[in-house]
Amino acid sequence: MKNFSKYLLKKIGIMLLTLWLIVTCTFFLIHSLPGSPYVNQEKLTPAQLEILNRQAGLDRPITEQYFIYFKNLLHGDLGTSFQFKNQPVAKLLINRVGPSVQLGLQAIVVGTVLGVIFGIISAMKQNTWADSIVTIIAILGRSIPNFIFAVVLQYIFAVRLGLLPIALWNGFSYTILPTITLAMAPMANSARFIRTEMVEVLNSDYIELARSKGLNRWQTAFRHGLRNSLIPLITLLGPMAVSLMTGSLVVENIYAVPGIGEQFVKSIITNDYPTIMAITILYSVMLVLVIFVVDLLYGLVDPRIRVTGGA
Amino acid sequence: MLPNELENLNLPQDAFEPLESATAAAECESIHSISLNFFRDSWRRLKKNKSAVLSLAVLLLVALLAFGSIWVSPHNPNKQDLAHVNLPPRIPGVSVDGFNGTALVSGERVDKYAQLHIPADVNFYLGTDGLGRDALSRLLMGTRTSLIIAIIAALLDLSIGVAYGMFSAISGGRVDEILQRILEILSGIPTLVVMILMLTIFEPGMVSIILAMIITGWVNMARMVRAQTLKLQEQEFVLAAATLGVSKLKIALKHILPNISSIIVVQMMFSIPTAIFFEAFLSFIGLGLKVPMASLGTLLSDGYKTFRFLPHLMWPPAIVLSIIMICFNLLADGIRDAFDPKMKG
Repeated sequence: MKNFSKYLLKKIGIMLLTLWLIVTCTFFLIHSLPGSPYVNQEKLTPAQLEILNRQAGLDRPITEQYFIYFKNLLHGDLGTSFQFKNQPVAKLLINRVGPSVQLGLQAIVVGTVLGVIFGIISAMKQNTWADSIVTIIAILGRSIPNFIFAVVLQYIFAVRLGLLPIALWNGFSYTILPTITLAMAPMANSARFIRTEMVEVLNSDYIELARSKGLNRWQTAFRHGLRNSLIPLITLLGPMAVSLMTGSLVVENIYAVPGIGEQFVKSIITNDYPTIMAITILYSVMLVLVIFVVDLLYGLVDPRIRVTGGA
Repeated sequence: MLPNELENLNLPQDAFEPLESATAAAECESIHSISLNFFRDSWRRLKKNKSAVLSLAVLLLVALLAFGSIWVSPHNPNKQDLAHVNLPPRIPGVSVDGFNGTALVSGERVDKYAQLHIPADVNFYLGTDGLGRDALSRLLMGTRTSLIIAIIAALLDLSIGVAYGMFSAISGGRVDEILQRILEILSGIPTLVVMILMLTIFEPGMVSIILAMIITGWVNMARMVRAQTLKLQEQEFVLAAATLGVSKLKIALKHILPNISSIIVVQMMFSIPTAIFFEAFLSFIGLGLKVPMASLGTLLSDGYKTFRFLPHLMWPPAIVLSIIMICFNLLADGIRDAFDPKMKG
């Protein structure tokens, strides 16, 4: 147990250091962005510009701005958006977290469940047509960029067949296409992963034993095989979270989902510093937390990792 | 048989035959098949993998067309011609809708070429865009740009990653500890966020895209190389070389590097499609190359904006991008399996 708390402390330390570094780097990078956050800057008189700068705190030296920002951040204050008048960034984002998280969770659930099912079929029916089909699906899902999926699905189901809405966010039917798009990569990866794991597990001695006791093939596969293949699936969660975040940027734009990814792209175009920073930090925190949890889970499941310190 | 018995054997002189020459003797001793070194052996295994070989062939063809179009291009990819705006594809002799110069205009098929009085010998195989530029030529140019960006980024990732990983492993001790902490922190930063920030700061262009991609791209390579180097350092041949007084640099370059080359190649094969994806992705959200440059991503993003009315501008780049991605992934899988048949997955 002492070993574990040491491992935990070390991980937390690294996590905090990472987050601090991200906040600091983002702050200074953002403030060296070209252009100013004001629309129609050429129409402003120097006096007006000065007032605006003072209001936003942009007239102070950059180090002072940094400390003020950091202090506010620790209090949960993410600043005021430049793009939308007097809107606190935190409030702006809170409404947008919902759709993004919903899409992300739906995609992970749909993707992994389908992936696990495909993986099992593929492993049980090795080298048959079913296996080949799953392999092809996995290759396509892994290779084809998600924005191409998004466009193709939109074209087939919305434009051609008219079955589902093209875009926007007005209820469950609006989430179907973006969810399928985002679920492609997790599905492909987990199918491939489960297949490899299952093939290995199915050849092991304890499966032979279970079979010799008279359990049938599918029963052994689910009771004994699947459980042992699912644990390593935890390792895929980290990369999955990353790819979902990347995916959500374009997918939310293509389907006009009012989520965080869409806001991020908009904020970059309008030089909305506080919002860009807030989203960068939000993404980083989410990612770092996911990786931290995955590390912990894995350390709990597999004690060998925490003894060696977990590379 | 004792020597004196041999003398008594009484063999006639003509029972013996002189060897023709010394070379014949040498030939008997030589091994006839080519000796299989590691890469030849892997190549033999790779050749048995049909999908990998097919992918390699397709990729070579794509590369040949894309780079060949520097000299032989159907049209000038940057030449704007307002007389030929938004033409659908027309391939002479093909009468399939979509490739015969007709397009759907409010539900009716209309021959656009006839409308604009374009002579029968002027054909645009993939149509033209809103500025009258030939879509096929731009597609070839875009493919070339995407490939160049991906390959340069992958090579830079490789150089930085290998150097960092080997240096860290060989130095060991405190240096290794510090370098590893740096890696750990870097890998915690979302790649995408870094890339987007870098591209908003630098002027968008080829160099800044490549830079943005390598900032965090080399981390995986460095980790892998370090782990492998640590493993190899324990082995006898490295210890022997060290005992004989070979310098650390020479051990790294002559003894360790050749032995981890297969892992480096595999890792690089996987990083090329990743780079292609990120380039297309960044261009798609509008952070990519600036006109008149074109990449698969910018073509796709331009095509997407008008895809309900001018579908011929979006599908070709989408298909080419997908094919390149699939082929690179299949080839990378094949190479990995060929290098290490045990790792098959």
